[in-house]
Amino acid sequence: MSPAGARGRLDVNIKQKSFRAASGGKLHVLGELVFSLRSGEVAALVGPSGCGKTTLLRIVAGLDRDFDGHVAFAADGTLAMVFQEPRLLPWRTVEQNVRLAAPRASDAGLEVLFQTLGLNAHRDHYPGELSLGLARRVALARAFAVEPDLLLLDEPFVSLDDALAARLREELAELVNRRPIATLLVTHNVEEAIGLADRLLLLSIGPARILADVPVARPRAAHTPAELAALRDEIARRLNQPFSQANR
Amino acid sequence: MRLVSLALLLAAWYAGSQLAGARLLPDPQAVALAIIDEARSGALAFNLGATLARVAVAFLIAMTLGSVIGLIMGRSRIADRLGDPWLIVLLNLPALVIIVLAYVWVGLVETAAIAAVALNKLPIAIVTVREGARSLDHGLDDVAQVFRMGAWTRLRHVMLPQLAPYLAAAARSGLSLVWKIVLIVELLGRPNGVGFEIGVAFQLFDVTRILAYALAFIAVMLAIETFLVQPLERHVARWRPRPA
Repeated sequence: MSPAGARGRLDVNIKQKSFRAASGGKLHVLGELVFSLRSGEVAALVGPSGCGKTTLLRIVAGLDRDFDGHVAFAADGTLAMVFQEPRLLPWRTVEQNVRLAAPRASDAGLEVLFQTLGLNAHRDHYPGELSLGLARRVALARAFAVEPDLLLLDEPFVSLDDALAARLREELAELVNRRPIATLLVTHNVEEAIGLADRLLLLSIGPARILADVPVARPRAAHTPAELAALRDEIARRLNQPFSQANR
Repeated sequence: MRLVSLALLLAAWYAGSQLAGARLLPDPQAVALAIIDEARSGALAFNLGATLARVAVAFLIAMTLGSVIGLIMGRSRIADRLGDPWLIVLLNLPALVIIVLAYVWVGLVETAAIAAVALNKLPIAIVTVREGARSLDHGLDDVAQVFRMGAWTRLRHVMLPQLAPYLAAAARSGLSLVWKIVLIVELLGRPNGVGFEIGVAFQLFDVTRILAYALAFIAVMLAIETFLVQPLERHVARWRPRPA
């Protein structure tokens, strides 16, 4: 691994996280969650809708500090995140949006990035003039331009048509292969997780716990239908397992 | 369209002056001559300048303070709770009371005049900007935090564009309020300005002069609105998609 490896390491050790419900009670969202992520590794958090994946991501991003436990990531490490919605500044152009998040990005680097993501023709457009697919690509460009040590992706391809989602996944895989960064991807799409990740972290429904940590052989390479079927079977089996046997 | 409407107003004015007589309502021509007369003597420019300077200073003070306080009250619940009773008192204090008290406490000086005007405008600016600060998008706040944007970048590129419509509304209503109150302040305790001139004209029952000064000042404010406020608004809203 590259010398930068130790720097990009993420250690998550969450004891529990709850919200105060509007009715006054407590809503227990996350249970005990312990895992780490090395630089150059992509982990996919897979679980049913509403199991607290986004909450976990917000905690890792430092957006939510109200929880028991701790999350360790090098203080000088840079962070980038792709939210579920593109979340661009509507009053700034595509290029300005990227540059504001990544003020240190070089012109040449941005040139390559815009080229790769097919955004060259849209540099001077405002987000309101873009389709959702394009806006998502801008959000990806913004995250990559930062050259992060830790990249958080919250269902970045949801509600896109299949062809476009597949293309964006390819672009993401290519960019992750090029630079060693720790990546945490939230998805409820198992195929997507298998296609992008080194490891799948399977989460139970609330309060979320890790049911299993499934490695993917030959990550981000084409898998044979037999391999895919085997993986999917294993995931289905683990997801339906009772808690007591779940943690390895 | 606007010209036709304006012509109609002039016609109505002329008809009114014929009915009421030149003493109560002089015709447009007489008022125009009075304006030219005042302009020739230099009194018009001098008084307009004095009033405009007061409007500008009081407006800037009220908008700056109002924006800062409004932003703080919109973002912090404690500040909002602490500041709200003050705000309600200030909002409901009649302009005349503030002006008279300022003159009594500070004296018949420029500082008192400007402070009184600014204090009248301040609560409305606060309320408008507070509303804007309350409706700031938390999603964009998250983006700014994740990408570790600096305080200046956050203010200039994330917060101010969201506040722009509220600031514009506060500025619009503020400008018209401020100049009306400046005239009262001048009438009550200043030796120059449009308000002072109108006060003198009132004592002499000189309706022509009252109208001359009022119209001249309205023209100036109209020019500010057309050549300053509207282009600024267009520039700020340039990113909004328009129908092709």
